[in-house]
Amino acid sequence: MVRDVGLAEDLAQDALVAAMEKWPESGVPDNPGAWLMATAKNRAIDRMRREKNYERKREEVAHDTGLLFALERSDFEAAADDEIGDDLLALIFTCCHPVLSREARVALTLRLLGGLTTPEISRAFLASESTVAQRLVRAKKTLREAKVPFEVPRGAELDERLPSVLEVIYLVFNEGYAASAGEDWVRTDLCEEALRLGRILAELAPQEPEVHGLAGLMEIQASRNAARRGPNGEPVLLLEQDRGHWDPLLIVRGRRALERAEALPKPIGPYGLQAAIAACHAGAIRAEETDWVRIAALYEALGQIQPSPIVELNRAVAVGMAFGPEPGLALLAEIEDEPALADHHLLHSVRGDLLEKAGRHEEAVSEFKKAADLTQNDRERELLLRRAEGDG
Amino acid sequence: MRFMMFMYPEIEEKDWVPTAEGVAEMGRYNEELRKAGLLLSLDGLQPPSDGGVVSFDGAGTATVTDGPFAEAKEVVGGYWLIQARSKEEALEWASRCPDSNCRIEVRRIFEMEDFPQEVQDAYEGP
Repeated sequence: MVRDVGLAEDLAQDALVAAMEKWPESGVPDNPGAWLMATAKNRAIDRMRREKNYERKREEVAHDTGLLFALERSDFEAAADDEIGDDLLALIFTCCHPVLSREARVALTLRLLGGLTTPEISRAFLASESTVAQRLVRAKKTLREAKVPFEVPRGAELDERLPSVLEVIYLVFNEGYAASAGEDWVRTDLCEEALRLGRILAELAPQEPEVHGLAGLMEIQASRNAARRGPNGEPVLLLEQDRGHWDPLLIVRGRRALERAEALPKPIGPYGLQAAIAACHAGAIRAEETDWVRIAALYEALGQIQPSPIVELNRAVAVGMAFGPEPGLALLAEIEDEPALADHHLLHSVRGDLLEKAGRHEEAVSEFKKAADLTQNDRERELLLRRAEGDG
Repeated sequence: MRFMMFMYPEIEEKDWVPTAEGVAEMGRYNEELRKAGLLLSLDGLQPPSDGGVVSFDGAGTATVTDGPFAEAKEVVGGYWLIQARSKEEALEWASRCPDSNCRIEVRRIFEMEDFPQEVQDAYEGP
């Protein structure tokens, strides 16, 4: 329809900006992709009219292909399957563009793809409505000024930008997952919204193993929702959860997503590995049956592709469970000077646990006390102090 | 929130097995549900005559009645389990079902937080 790629991008960009302006009042349409294309097309026509070349350009419309191709097809429904899917994907990538701050990406994604209102987003992230509104306005401006092309990146650029999309979805999920149950319905909804975006992405970009990896990870984590809180709302640790309350449907869905990731030629990445770890836990009917040797190996692989002291800390726990406290303590000794863990209660509580198992009770007590001093969470502090007293 | 969409076919039992065309059409609809990120699971059910009914007399006695049954109406033919943002969204999707010889009942699934505290406590166990 428009031969000039620059112009086509401008028009799509205009459409996106129009969407950001219009959708807050009218609500996100059923099919945002189709809406964007229709808007882009209308704007293209407006512009051409202004250029007084309308008739000639109209001729081109009938023959041309390109960004707005789908609208010219008579079988619009069939076109909806592929081009509009691509457009939706382009929208996801635009909302998660690296020129935007992480907060802006999250807000924009929830607004444009999740259909949440500004007050809902502000409640979900405990930010004021004006902060969120400003964040959206600024994001809009940044995209316009950076002339971000409205498209699905390909090849190497796709590899580069996919992590940002996955990160946004996982951030949304964790924001919901970390919230206490029933505290605020919007927050519970965030988990569902992230799951839904993850599932949509898995259908739109099925050739990407990490897309399935993330979907699988979220499905399995969400399967534990009903078991994660005790009767008084206190958190219940993974190994102490009543596994009968895990949702088998979500576990099956998570496994299936992981299998899809593993069947692809590209190797699985950090999300796939975390999903594999989650699947290991899900596969143990009782906590004692957990395959810690496999989990330790998966954490080692994760540490190699995404080195982080937190991963190593988790690996130390798994190694301690699989091979006994001494090798676990040896791993901890390697990371104890990491600045990221300096004031982290987890380093001390994990070491306390391993020392206790090694029969070094007094050292363990001192570690539990240090951990209790460092934690921000009252319930966790109680638990740690109980352990320091040799109970629990 | 999750919804169960129960499909009640308004057909005779002898017509229970769908045509290839009908299956293909339904397949496209299911694919749309999947692409929209709504579909959690779905199944189609064998005709009721292959099943059975267990009824209770209220005094602890169960009676089993095997098929076939004379009356095949008002039985479930299949279901979709979906996650939607609202009842309206679920109803909207149900109304896009390509099979016009059926009725679809859309029901929201109980989540644990929908129950009163004492019920939740009973679920948590001692």
